[in-house]
Amino acid sequence: MTTDTTHKNRVLIGKAGLDGHDRGAKVIARALRDHGFEVIYTGIRRTPEEIAAAAIQEDVAAVGLSSLSGAHLRLFPAVVEALRQAGASDIPVLGGGVIPREDVPLLIEAGITEIFTPGTSVATIVKAFTEACATHRSGRTL
Amino acid sequence: MSKHPKLMDWEEKILQKSLERFPERQPQFTNHGGSEIPRLAVPVEIDDAYLHDLGFPGSYPYTRGVQPTMYRGKLWTMRQYAGFSTAAESNQRYRFLLDQGTTGLSVAFDLPTQIGYDSDHPMAAGEVGKVGVAIDSLADMEILFDQIPLDKVSTSMTINAPSAILLAMYVAVAEKQGVPSAKIQGTIQNDILKEYVARGTYIFPPRPSLRLITDIFQWCATETPGFNTISISGYHIREAGSTAAQEMAFTLANGCAYVQAALDVGLDVDLFARRLSFFFNASSDLLEEVAKFRAARRLWARIMKERFHARHPASLMLRFHTQTAGSSLTAQQIDNNIVRVTLQALAAVLGGTQSLHTNSRDEALSLPTEDSVRTALRTQQIIAHESGVADTVDPLAGSYFIEAATDRIEAEAMALIAKIDQAGGVVSCIEDGFIQRQIENSAYAFQRQVENGERVVVGVNRFQTDEEASPPLLRLDPAVETDQVSRLKAVRAKRDQSTVDSTLRILGAAAAGKTNLMPIILEAVKSYATLGEICQVLRNNFGEYRDRGHL
Repeated sequence: MTTDTTHKNRVLIGKAGLDGHDRGAKVIARALRDHGFEVIYTGIRRTPEEIAAAAIQEDVAAVGLSSLSGAHLRLFPAVVEALRQAGASDIPVLGGGVIPREDVPLLIEAGITEIFTPGTSVATIVKAFTEACATHRSGRTL
Repeated sequence: MSKHPKLMDWEEKILQKSLERFPERQPQFTNHGGSEIPRLAVPVEIDDAYLHDLGFPGSYPYTRGVQPTMYRGKLWTMRQYAGFSTAAESNQRYRFLLDQGTTGLSVAFDLPTQIGYDSDHPMAAGEVGKVGVAIDSLADMEILFDQIPLDKVSTSMTINAPSAILLAMYVAVAEKQGVPSAKIQGTIQNDILKEYVARGTYIFPPRPSLRLITDIFQWCATETPGFNTISISGYHIREAGSTAAQEMAFTLANGCAYVQAALDVGLDVDLFARRLSFFFNASSDLLEEVAKFRAARRLWARIMKERFHARHPASLMLRFHTQTAGSSLTAQQIDNNIVRVTLQALAAVLGGTQSLHTNSRDEALSLPTEDSVRTALRTQQIIAHESGVADTVDPLAGSYFIEAATDRIEAEAMALIAKIDQAGGVVSCIEDGFIQRQIENSAYAFQRQVENGERVVVGVNRFQTDEEASPPLLRLDPAVETDQVSRLKAVRAKRDQSTVDSTLRILGAAAAGKTNLMPIILEAVKSYATLGEICQVLRNNFGEYRDRGHL
């Protein structure tokens, strides 16, 4: 696949695991759409493998994950790993939700690009997705 | 001026009878100065509009409350939602809460339990014991209620898709304690419709799910007359971002769907309607919330009387539990959350709630610590014993603002319910995403107002401070999952497999037909068939529901 077919602003918002809290995921999805992104939302209760497969199939430039059930330490890295297994480790993964501050370095260590904790402004999140998409593009042109 | 004859009538027929059965908490209620606090303040001149729209507490249309003396007779039940990790650890927390003066239990189950997976199912990985307690079989339930007398404590269980199974386990544990099922008290949430629009722990499609619910209504009417068979919940709809009026409208619309489903299978409305209960959210918008609770009571009474022709007073009463708004809590300056929760809890009490959960200050960060839970409970106790609001009935009645807001919310909700009825009812509106879209639009509009500063969230978009260290948080032992899985394996090894197999076979056959499934599920749990096994039999018969993820 070449960069030409990669939509420059196409992102996937995913809900991994069993957590049904999707208010944040949907608000972020709509905000990104309002800022010119093309957004695919997976719906709730997807496995990490399903999210990775959807990201690759839809050829997105970044993946955003949301978790409020406390399973982020397992599920976020599992999505990164599923992408790697599928040969798509160049797709950056961002995440947010009810995530204690001390878990952030662990998640960054596991390959998540950025973590947003409660109260983060939508503007901050949109900016991070814009940067992630830009990094992804430049990575591909190299 | 002489007393209005209707007031005298109420005093003689309703109040007197209630006082005889349930004496008030104190012989006299006085303020610090010694003045007596009136039980019920009424207008100087009672007119027809007052009688039609407000009436007297404990009488139709119940705007002023479902009990004639409200909290002067009995305070609301202080019911703190709790549960995490293993059955043994949750049992410890329940006994701590009971020691601290909580008056009812409220069980939080982990997500695998709520979605019908055993702890060793691949989908359960990472979720075991996280947001609640893991229950795989009757063996876990026995540990969960160890040394808790089920004839004395009332227990609310937040369980929906597999509620028949958890209720059966509860009945089985009570039986082992020597408590007959007729004596147990509590509530199962059992409200599947809101799961499709807001909370997400569905298993089966809507129609077979409704069959499970009507089976429960029918079985419980004779077997567990003290159990609320459903808690029709607006809480999660509000948390997902709806307005107060939408919360009320969608909840009552769901209520109508359950009542209709039960009527459709031939149940008598006065047989099951008295065991319907409700569950609402209390946000910080204190006056709007008080009006919402009052409007909900009035509208439900009218719906039950006029639409469903219920006759028994208990069938007309909207009794509800309240939880303070989790989504209003901030991760910034978390002590501010104690103040938010106080406002919210006050709204619930001024609105006449029957039971209340107050959130803890640290819940925007993780599950609450014991210290935070204690403060949350103390908040209720301060409102109950220090504020004085519990000493008189419906104290905000007659306020021009409150009555106008009550009328407005009722009218908004009626319009929304009519729209849903015209569109073919709740199930159709869920299937085409109408309800989900309404909620999402409100959630997005709210977030935009926060973003542009129109709506102030203290500590988040105004009045911020630099915070250094995070507070101490509750951390769960990562060994919980492996421990739980090994306990599950031990149960499977120990039980009589042939009994399990035969009960599951009978269940499968019954699910394909029309027999009431409750007695069969009860036999299955007693044989130590696991929750996941029972749900799998039902999945095979009913199919599974999947979120389409439309935006």
